[in-house]
Amino acid sequence: MSIIVSNISKSFKKVKALQNISFDVNEGELFGLIGPDGAGKTTLFRVLTTLLIANEGAATVAGFDVLTEYKKIRDNVGYMPGKFSLYQDLTIEENLDFFATIFGTTIEENYDLIKDIYVQIAPFKDRRAGELSGGMKQKLALCCALIHKPKVLFLDEPTTGVDPVSRKEFWDMLKRLQQKGITILVSTPYMDEAALCDRIALIQDGKILEIDTPEAIVKHYPKQIYNVRANNMYQLINSLNDYKYNHSVYPFGEFVHYSDSRIDFNPEELKTYLESKKLLNIEIEKTQATIEDTFMELAK
Amino acid sequence: MKRFIGFIKKEFYHIFRDRRSLFILFGMPIAQIMLFGFAITNEINNVDIAILDHSKDATTEAIINKISNSKYFSVKQFLDQESDIEAVFKKGKVKAVLNFENDFSKNLIKDHNAKIQILTDATDPNTANSISNYINAILSQYQKELNKDSNVAYQVIPQSRMVYNPELKSVYMFVPGVMTVILMLVSAMMTSISITREKELGTMEILLVSPLKPIQVIIGKVFPYIFLSIINAIVIVLLSIFIFKMPIQGSLVLLALESVLFIITALALGILISTVSATQQTAMMISLMGLMLPVILLSGFIFPISSMPLPLQVISNIIPAKWFNIIIKAIMLKGVGIQYIWKETLILIGMSLFFIAVSVKKYKIRLE
Amino acid sequence: MNTNKVIQVEGLTKMFGDFAAVNAITFDVEKGEIFGFLGANGAGKTTAMKMLIGISNPTSGKANVAGFDVFKNAEAIKKSIGYMSQKFALYDDLTVKENISFFGGIYGLSRKRIKKKSEILIEELGLEDVANKLVGSLPLGWKQKLSFSVSLLHDPKIVFLDEPTGGVDPITRRQFWEMIYKAAHQGTTVFVTTHYMDEAEYCDRVSIMVNGKIEALDTPKKLKEQFKVDHMNDVFLKLARG
Repeated sequence: MSIIVSNISKSFKKVKALQNISFDVNEGELFGLIGPDGAGKTTLFRVLTTLLIANEGAATVAGFDVLTEYKKIRDNVGYMPGKFSLYQDLTIEENLDFFATIFGTTIEENYDLIKDIYVQIAPFKDRRAGELSGGMKQKLALCCALIHKPKVLFLDEPTTGVDPVSRKEFWDMLKRLQQKGITILVSTPYMDEAALCDRIALIQDGKILEIDTPEAIVKHYPKQIYNVRANNMYQLINSLNDYKYNHSVYPFGEFVHYSDSRIDFNPEELKTYLESKKLLNIEIEKTQATIEDTFMELAK
Repeated sequence: MKRFIGFIKKEFYHIFRDRRSLFILFGMPIAQIMLFGFAITNEINNVDIAILDHSKDATTEAIINKISNSKYFSVKQFLDQESDIEAVFKKGKVKAVLNFENDFSKNLIKDHNAKIQILTDATDPNTANSISNYINAILSQYQKELNKDSNVAYQVIPQSRMVYNPELKSVYMFVPGVMTVILMLVSAMMTSISITREKELGTMEILLVSPLKPIQVIIGKVFPYIFLSIINAIVIVLLSIFIFKMPIQGSLVLLALESVLFIITALALGILISTVSATQQTAMMISLMGLMLPVILLSGFIFPISSMPLPLQVISNIIPAKWFNIIIKAIMLKGVGIQYIWKETLILIGMSLFFIAVSVKKYKIRLE
Repeated sequence: MNTNKVIQVEGLTKMFGDFAAVNAITFDVEKGEIFGFLGANGAGKTTAMKMLIGISNPTSGKANVAGFDVFKNAEAIKKSIGYMSQKFALYDDLTVKENISFFGGIYGLSRKRIKKKSEILIEELGLEDVANKLVGSLPLGWKQKLSFSVSLLHDPKIVFLDEPTGGVDPITRRQFWEMIYKAAHQGTTVFVTTHYMDEAEYCDRVSIMVNGKIEALDTPKKLKEQFKVDHMNDVFLKLARG
């Protein structure tokens, strides 16, 4: 086990940021912590990176206790905080060199590990970090977190505020790092990124809703979901909300995800109802539940 | 050690890339010295005074001549009686009146002391204070001359308190004060801001989650500022020697060592401030309100401590700047050695150790 | 001029020196439409939006927003639009009510109207219990819903939303979109700038900006068909990678 978290709780004054959190992360696993802002993801990361002390519970990272062996953890983990945390007035190369030095290593020594990522930003190595685009900043931050060849990598919302192209590239990089044997704990508010992890924990309001592989989590969704579409989205949502048999009604892009509370649900019946509400071009078809559907079902 | 050097290198990048701060850092001492040296001067020139001479003898004439021959005063009027004094002040014709007692020469010879009253128009307290100081100085100079050829110590009362500044240059009094302010500002404010900036940017989180020890971070943070502060101190001393022709009476080595001691005290305070503030803004406010004001107002730089109300005099004792001000005035103006200022030096050492101990204890290895 | 088109843009260009941050973009937005304005960081979408809301002058081209010309009538535009961004929304150190009356005030609503509006708004959002609490103490989702309602206080013709739902929990996000649908249904045009493609899926039509130009403009459904993919994300990836 690379990370073991057992019954961790943490409060700030009256706010219960984490309540009885437990999970394990296997060695070499890419584990995702999925939840909205304010769910407690950052607090959990700070407990695991020894920046905060939990009120209750215990945790080990890379085999070391977060409380008593915090110095060893600090030697063995890489941490990328949520906010872009590099020196804006230093160039790419100077930042990287600085972090290599304080971890007692050099860029050359572990260049293999960061090579894939670094070559993408190397053409700009004399540019100051403050002048880089979001995607480039992120790659630099990842290089800095990796430069001392950590056993465990903590990435707190690495893709927040980054455009889709950079996000895609970032996840590709994580997959490659995983193959080099680094355990990765990553947090994100984007449900669509969950599918890219080996296993995920859904977290909200300081509590874990479920832990499993993304496929299993989707499979566990208890209902059949239907994509419903009509000519007027607003009226469609209102009509579905008024429908007495509804179990859940959630807009999902151009569709509404609908599930029914009855076992013997007949879509034709719903269609007739919607037609009675003067909606046109009604389409109802079965669809797969997504992580987001599961999350909402569990958080309800 | 390599980690530490890497850290310091980074700090210097920060300092040299922030042009505006750098300008303030080195522009400020120069601007302040110039300002105090040229503009905000307490020097006086050709002030009109009146004389009320009750004895009208050779000594008083000599003194009056001496005063009116100086470029600072011109005797406008001779008064006949005490009641004229109020009238002449009311008309605003003169800023000061010298009142010689009866039988001035006789008293001086017989009792070895004679009294002279200096009345100043206190509607402008600063000028009044300066005038009285200037006259005192002239009197004491006269007295010195008088005593040179005699083995009896004649005294003209009141005696001047400005004997250590015989040329009556106020810039000499300001140089130690400005040096105190600058060293405090650069060391305490700049370090506290540079540490809190890391907190604000979030980089402190990464530094904490690294094998760097707290003491390495602290020393790495303050080291560049020790260096910069020493440069500042040198600039101030050079300016005062070459621009204002101020003679440094005491040992330069002693001055340098005492300055380094004070810089360390100020840095320790800066670290302490950074441990209690989360943002650069707070750090700056605390530095300005908590350090700068006391340094300027209570260190004896502008207002003499002896003329403050007792509670403020007591409070002034906990201000490191007061002790440093005493020390460098003594070195620069009086030219004394360590034997006269060891007490103040010990107090400063004690304070530094205390601040360092508290800030190391308060420095967090975690976020809360 | 077609009265149904509340935003009409033709050849709008913004130059910074030799660099065309916005390069001759042309599009229309209809009344009551939810229009997604997408692009990567640095693609020029913020610059374009600044011109449309009257805080930046175009170098060339034509643009008409809410019936006013962006060159001549920038001040009139500001009165007819609402604006909400995730970064700046409400004052954390004012209460819910104080925020509402402050923003009502700067748009010149009468005191009576502010009072009435704030009652309706607080009831609709179910904020009765926290009406006198500081906004800073509310959960993020509530703040964003409140912020959106506040941007609609003066009944603007168009409301501009800048990445409105990033980081919000999924349920609140849906409630937020329901509010947007409602506003659009009532005739307000909603202009969403974002680089979150799942936000894009909710829009009636989307435009995708790449390097200062609009490279695609259609409904999400048609764009996905055109690029033969299942998600807007992939449409974006294909376009942005060229």
